[in-house]
Amino acid sequence: MSADANDGLSRRGFLAISAATLGGVMLAPGIRLIEIAGARAPEQSVSRQVRWGLLIDTNKCAPGCDDCVKACATENGLKDTGHPRTDAQWIRKVELKDMRTGRANSVPVMCQHCEHPPCVDVCPTGASFKRADGIVLVDRHICIGCRYCIMACPYKARSIVFEAITDQNPDVPRGNGCAEGCTLCVHRIDRDQQPACVEACTKAGHNAMFFGDLNDPHSEIAQRVAKYASTQIRADFKLNPGVRYQGL
Amino acid sequence: MKTNGTGAFTGRIARAICLLALLLPVLVFASERVPKPVINIDRQGKCVEDSATMRREHPDMLKHQRDLTMHEGIRTRKHSLKECVECHASAKTGSVLGAKGFCQSCHDYASVRIDCFNCHASKPKLASGVKP
Ligand code: SF4
Ligand code: SF4
Repeated sequence: MSADANDGLSRRGFLAISAATLGGVMLAPGIRLIEIAGARAPEQSVSRQVRWGLLIDTNKCAPGCDDCVKACATENGLKDTGHPRTDAQWIRKVELKDMRTGRANSVPVMCQHCEHPPCVDVCPTGASFKRADGIVLVDRHICIGCRYCIMACPYKARSIVFEAITDQNPDVPRGNGCAEGCTLCVHRIDRDQQPACVEACTKAGHNAMFFGDLNDPHSEIAQRVAKYASTQIRADFKLNPGVRYQGL
Repeated sequence: MKTNGTGAFTGRIARAICLLALLLPVLVFASERVPKPVINIDRQGKCVEDSATMRREHPDMLKHQRDLTMHEGIRTRKHSLKECVECHASAKTGSVLGAKGFCQSCHDYASVRIDCFNCHASKPKLASGVKP
């Protein structure tokens, strides 16, 4: 059996989209249902027809550039406490080099927003969870700080906060004793903005990061992953991350 | 000071004592001997519900809203903690905490610990937006 564990799910996702696009034909020329679903009313819950994702073009990501890391820290209020070994890390730059060919890559790595997230499987309280639109989060109201998720995540995407925090961004509550990781800037997505890292990368003219709905065949990200070869880090784990890399 | 009072006299004393006992709490409050929470409301206008409802039910409202926001991405403003802070932050300190802060003053009085602000910002965005 070579069938991918995700095949069934992606097929179901595809069917959902086709239904949505067909429905859209009836609405009005140029307006598709999926666009309406994207611009969600404030009292409407997130939809499972959406699968938020990131595409990172490693050919455009320069070694040494940390614009995305800085933007993340500013947006989410991650401050240097003077203890770099234990400070929370939501996104980091990883430098890779193929020793045989000498080809080097520099890639940002954050929570990969897995479709089958091990951090959720192991959480004893249900604090680590996946939102319907594919964003994996920690509900700090329920987190007991056991760190199981930190151990389970193969991408080292989760951190724990060791010190009391003050002056948080009102949109990004975080505090001592809770596990946390990249939220895909969920507070920005919920008001139709791009994640802070993507915005910073584009603004600086690097254009190495793309954000969008992988399930919407008309989105830029979906068209790019359909056109260019992209991979998931450790795709062999079959977690189907929502973050994909081009040129790795 | 002992007196051999008649029945009527004892009755009158008993009535006076009863009256005093009834009035005592009122007198004590009136004399400001019992501290009361400071409730400073700088921003004019109406809260999302009437005061009695807010006093009794704000924890449940916040809990209900937090689950909707966290798990379903519903960010309506009416019962959100962020909006409470927006309106109720003190004009002086910019915060809902502090001895006279809107949240802390009552919670100190009632001896109920507020855990919200271990994680949530106690100041609205503008006041806390000072870059490090
Ligand atoms: S990358 Fe790690 S933290 Fe993120 S969803 Fe996957 S297992 Fe969970
Ligand atoms: S640290 Fe928190 S989120 Fe992580 S597994 Fe433990 S309870 Fe769940």
